[in-house]
Amino acid sequence: MTENSILLEIRNLKKHFPIYKGIFRSAAGWVKAVDGISLKLKKGEVLGLVGESGCGKTTAGRSILRLLEPTAGEVLFYSHGQAEPINVTTAPPKVIKKLRQDMQIIYQDPQSSLNERMTVGSIVSEPLLVHKIGAPSDREQEAEKLLKAVGLEGDHMARYPHQFSGGQRQRIAIARALCLKPKLIIADEAVSALDVSIQAQVLLLLKELQNEFNLTYIFITHDLAVVRYITNRVAVMYLGRIVESAATEELFNNPQHPYSEALISAVPVPDPDYRVRRILLQGDVPSPIDPPPGCHFHPRCRYAEDICRNETPTYRELSPDRFVSCHLADKLNLWSFSK
Amino acid sequence: MSKSSPRKRAETHLKGALRRMQTDKGALAGTGIIVILIFLAALGRFITPYDPNEQNYDEMLLPPSLSHPLGTDQYGRDIATRIIYGCRYALLIGVAVVGIHFVVGVSLGLLAGYYGGYVETIIMRLVDVMLAIPSVVLAVAIAGFLGGGIQNVIIAVGAIGWRAYTRLVRAEVLSAKEQVFVEAARAIGCGDLRIILRHIMPYTMAPVIAYTSLGIATAILWSAALSFLGMGAQPPTPEWGAMLADGREYMQDGWWIATFPGVAIMVTVLGFNFFGDALRNALDPKTEKRI
Repeated sequence: MTENSILLEIRNLKKHFPIYKGIFRSAAGWVKAVDGISLKLKKGEVLGLVGESGCGKTTAGRSILRLLEPTAGEVLFYSHGQAEPINVTTAPPKVIKKLRQDMQIIYQDPQSSLNERMTVGSIVSEPLLVHKIGAPSDREQEAEKLLKAVGLEGDHMARYPHQFSGGQRQRIAIARALCLKPKLIIADEAVSALDVSIQAQVLLLLKELQNEFNLTYIFITHDLAVVRYITNRVAVMYLGRIVESAATEELFNNPQHPYSEALISAVPVPDPDYRVRRILLQGDVPSPIDPPPGCHFHPRCRYAEDICRNETPTYRELSPDRFVSCHLADKLNLWSFSK
Repeated sequence: MSKSSPRKRAETHLKGALRRMQTDKGALAGTGIIVILIFLAALGRFITPYDPNEQNYDEMLLPPSLSHPLGTDQYGRDIATRIIYGCRYALLIGVAVVGIHFVVGVSLGLLAGYYGGYVETIIMRLVDVMLAIPSVVLAVAIAGFLGGGIQNVIIAVGAIGWRAYTRLVRAEVLSAKEQVFVEAARAIGCGDLRIILRHIMPYTMAPVIAYTSLGIATAILWSAALSFLGMGAQPPTPEWGAMLADGREYMQDGWWIATFPGVAIMVTVLGFNFFGDALRNALDPKTEKRI
């Protein structure tokens, strides 16, 4: 892959939330929700961003789109036909508005991401209205086309979101995200709130749409089965940092970070004879306000050594396109699907 | 849903609300009362043979009878006629005052809630200052300064009630702007104005509308209070509040003088309350009964 095919580059992105205390409301500490993540995303790629709840996946997604103001770092978007990337983190509001046509998001919960007081037709066509694309009748036609593309009927236009099931609502949200023909879609737990059977439908739909519209996805999820099904590459997050990133099959077959190992061992396998040596992590995720010194993962890591308690591991490239942040990465013999 | 007929094309939000209101008994009662009020205000003069202000010393303090269904007052004026003419003042004052409250209060509330920071601090401290001054004193001061008359009553009462709307709307905005659909609106590129007006304001309106109906009632009561203090409607204006105040002195000799204007106020208040409740339910499609 050449450098030209890169769509999005994230450099050391940080998002810290202040905690206010006392009557003077002074910042007593910081929640380091996202604490320096770096990623490169190629056109047409589907990246899975996985981790436990509270590890900063969602905050990362929102910061990339600048729905949250990042604390530090850069998000470079290589827009079509432009040599220089747009730095999303510093772009002025006008540029951001233009950029919204290229970057969209699908939220986890379609119950709350759709305005209950708008008809489905106006929800789906609103992006066109906001960006002043087409005449009202064109917009309506476009919305109808999009609804059909996601498997709904044209005469659903006049209904309200509450008249639809969860799966249908998520389709409406997807239609809205597709409306501006974006290049990048961040799917923030887009299927987690749905029934398993509906999940499969929506995933299939997203995969089809990817081929049809040449989309690039960032799939934020905690569901590794979903990750394995839809992504080409995975980044594993733990406590605001990426601990490992690799091609999907590579990660499943040969994890290099003990945390990835534990996650992968937890994926259910549909075979009753399959005896898995499930690795149960001890304790809870430490607080992102006061993370443990050294490697953030060391209190729960069964391989932890002295160096892990004292020194923060660097995020290094183990082999091409394979990054890991562990002192012991090449010394351990970790469990995996293939072994 | 299965029973609803498949409607063609987009049914607008308002049309949907109106359709839902048709099935609500409270809405019918409230609408009925309001329609009657508007009818009396517009065409009342053709119904009654009497003049509201003409004094007739042959017919003083007559109890309700066929020729004077609600009796006459101490000057021999027909109470029913005066109540009918009073509809116009009640509606005018109620709607105008709430109009002022709504425009001022809701705009400030939206700005304070949405932008936060200095904007919020300035607006909300202004509200606090307003709240620190007793309403009665403020209204009396303004009405006293401006002098009597309906127009000045509207200004005086309009100046004191908006702060409640600001607080109400600001609180609603604070919860509304955390909603995912508001962030979603930002994600598709909506500007502040569109987010405020299209996404946040409708979300905040349900309690405001309920409050508006109460506000009309309160405005009528306030104007009555000012009239009672001699700063509102001037005699012989047939304003209900003034009539109520007048009749108080004659409670012993003619209970009907104060009672019927009171009933008129009560029925009007009730009507606006029914209407407001029904409107609030109808504007929120989630409350629609699903079959």
